[in-house]
Amino acid sequence: MKQTLLSLSNLTKQFDGKKVLDSLDLEIFDGEFITLLGPSGCGKTTLLRMMAGFEHPDEGSITLGGQDLTHTPPEHRPLNTVFQNYALFPHMSVFDNVAYGLKMEKRPKEEIQQRVEEALAMVQLEDFARRKPHQLSGGQQQRVAIARAVVKRPKMLLLDEPLSALDFKLRRTMQVELKRLQRELGITFVFVTHDQEEALSMSDRVVVLKGGHIQQLGTPREVYERPANLFTARFVGETNFFPGRVDAANGDDTITVDVFGLKRTFRKPDFPVKEGQGLHVLLRPEDIRVLAPEDEDGVAGKIVERNYKGSTLDSVIHLEDGTEVLASEFFDEDDPTFDYRLGEPVKVSWVDGWEWLLPTEPEALPEEEGTDA
Amino acid sequence: MRSLTQQPFRTAVLVLVWGWLLFLVLTPNLLVVGASVMTRDPGSFISLPLTLDAYRQLLNPLYLEVFLHSLYMAAMTTLVCLLIGYPFAWALSKVGKRNQVLLIFLLIVPFWTNSLVRTYALKLILATNGLLNNALMSLGVIDEPMQLLYTEGAVIIGLVYLLLPFMILPLYSVFEDLQEDYLRASHDLGAGRLSTFIHVIVPLTLPGVLAGIMLVLLPAMGLFFVPDILGGSRNLLVGNVIKNQFLDARNWPFGAAASIMLTLAMAFLMFAHRLSKRRIGEDGV
Repeated sequence: MKQTLLSLSNLTKQFDGKKVLDSLDLEIFDGEFITLLGPSGCGKTTLLRMMAGFEHPDEGSITLGGQDLTHTPPEHRPLNTVFQNYALFPHMSVFDNVAYGLKMEKRPKEEIQQRVEEALAMVQLEDFARRKPHQLSGGQQQRVAIARAVVKRPKMLLLDEPLSALDFKLRRTMQVELKRLQRELGITFVFVTHDQEEALSMSDRVVVLKGGHIQQLGTPREVYERPANLFTARFVGETNFFPGRVDAANGDDTITVDVFGLKRTFRKPDFPVKEGQGLHVLLRPEDIRVLAPEDEDGVAGKIVERNYKGSTLDSVIHLEDGTEVLASEFFDEDDPTFDYRLGEPVKVSWVDGWEWLLPTEPEALPEEEGTDA
Repeated sequence: MRSLTQQPFRTAVLVLVWGWLLFLVLTPNLLVVGASVMTRDPGSFISLPLTLDAYRQLLNPLYLEVFLHSLYMAAMTTLVCLLIGYPFAWALSKVGKRNQVLLIFLLIVPFWTNSLVRTYALKLILATNGLLNNALMSLGVIDEPMQLLYTEGAVIIGLVYLLLPFMILPLYSVFEDLQEDYLRASHDLGAGRLSTFIHVIVPLTLPGVLAGIMLVLLPAMGLFFVPDILGGSRNLLVGNVIKNQFLDARNWPFGAAASIMLTLAMAFLMFAHRLSKRRIGEDGV
């Protein structure tokens, strides 16, 4: 059974009169890999700093295994942090950096020696103990930072965008590495990132944050396939939003929706629907099927862009009413010539049952991009 | 590769810089070295034969005593500057940008007045009937004026007053560079405030401390007009000895030797500073 390790309740924080966190509640389970995902300014870093004790909430409380930590200074919390720029002490060797936390605990020399060696072996840096941080590559510094944080055997490891300074390939390697460490150590990882792909591939659960509120909390699959709102749908992955209108609410838990003049039958969504109501039909690019123009099913449009991606062919289709549709199709083994010409007329449809419905939201959401500085 | 004549501007700049250094830095220093190994001559100041007499004279207990007393006063000055400057620079790096600009401006304003004039102003404050004594007496703190002027303390006060900004500015620069994340990491790993100060803040600000010491200690031994105005005859600096040898005693070789000793002390401090920076992975001075 999942046991709550850290529980945050009603956390509120203002900076210069601006609410960064707004009565936020969150339970973190023992041993899970949980990711705080959101664009810059969404409150994810503030939230992590509060867990570490670098920031204090204006209201609300933080408890760890039943013990109130709200006002405990960072040095007395059984949690450790891996910083975004690693923050390795530049005047100390790799060994001394990793040993720092144990020296502060006044552990005996032999124990420090042994535990530091173990920690360095775990991140495959045994041979680098005598080096100074500036003599290491970014990826190696990253590993030292992790070793330094886990050597104290914390209940929880807090990682503040730890991979953002690494190049693409190294990031991939470190993602796998971090997952391995988390499994081996069995420590709860709280990982902050603005990279939705990273969040989806690494986490047990994802917390999508915006404006100091939790937009959605769920497994990567839930967040991707069943986004709770338009923000999550836009922020996590690419999405086509088709405007729909409820034609009829049928008795058998289905509704008929008019999308671009097509009458499609959908499973009844969680939110209440009535006839004539507008809603969004969400389709991921991989849900889209591009059909021949003479096909009866589908909406007419033409190809305006095609991108060869190796395993998929990604295309952009302009529908007759101007709507842009992103499609991502796997290559068909039986059709080696499968490709599009720009300007080629096609019809657009999708796999039945793969759509996701969201109610129209009262306020028009501004376009937001999830890029952090 | 293009020849020098094809890059007239580049050539002109290089010639100017090297010429400047050669004539205004290297030549005078070589002259001082040369003078220090010559024989004293009452008529033309220096003459042959070459001799190390001047350096031998430096070991004379009388001058050794002046040198040590001078070093003591300069060290006290440096210590006081450090004790005031370190927390000041720390606080300076913490206040908002606007206040920072204002405070640094206030630090620099005194430079607009000649330091000799400022030292005379200090004399007016420290004199027996000066501002400080009068103020303390009218407040009833003391009954009769204290002897402040012409003491060792007066010299140190004068030196601290003139040299404090040179301690604060390099320290301010290292505190500005001190990333908050280092301190967070230290706390995160279980260190309290004192441990963090000792193990992280002090080592990371050490280059600034040494730069400050370099900029205060050696000038403090050379500012001869401060003891001249505030110190009386017993509180001499090495600078006074050098000045006296050149202007009064007319012993140029000895003055030159004393001055070279100061230069060597400076070189030693710069070397130490370089080492401390290399330790934290920054390039040398």
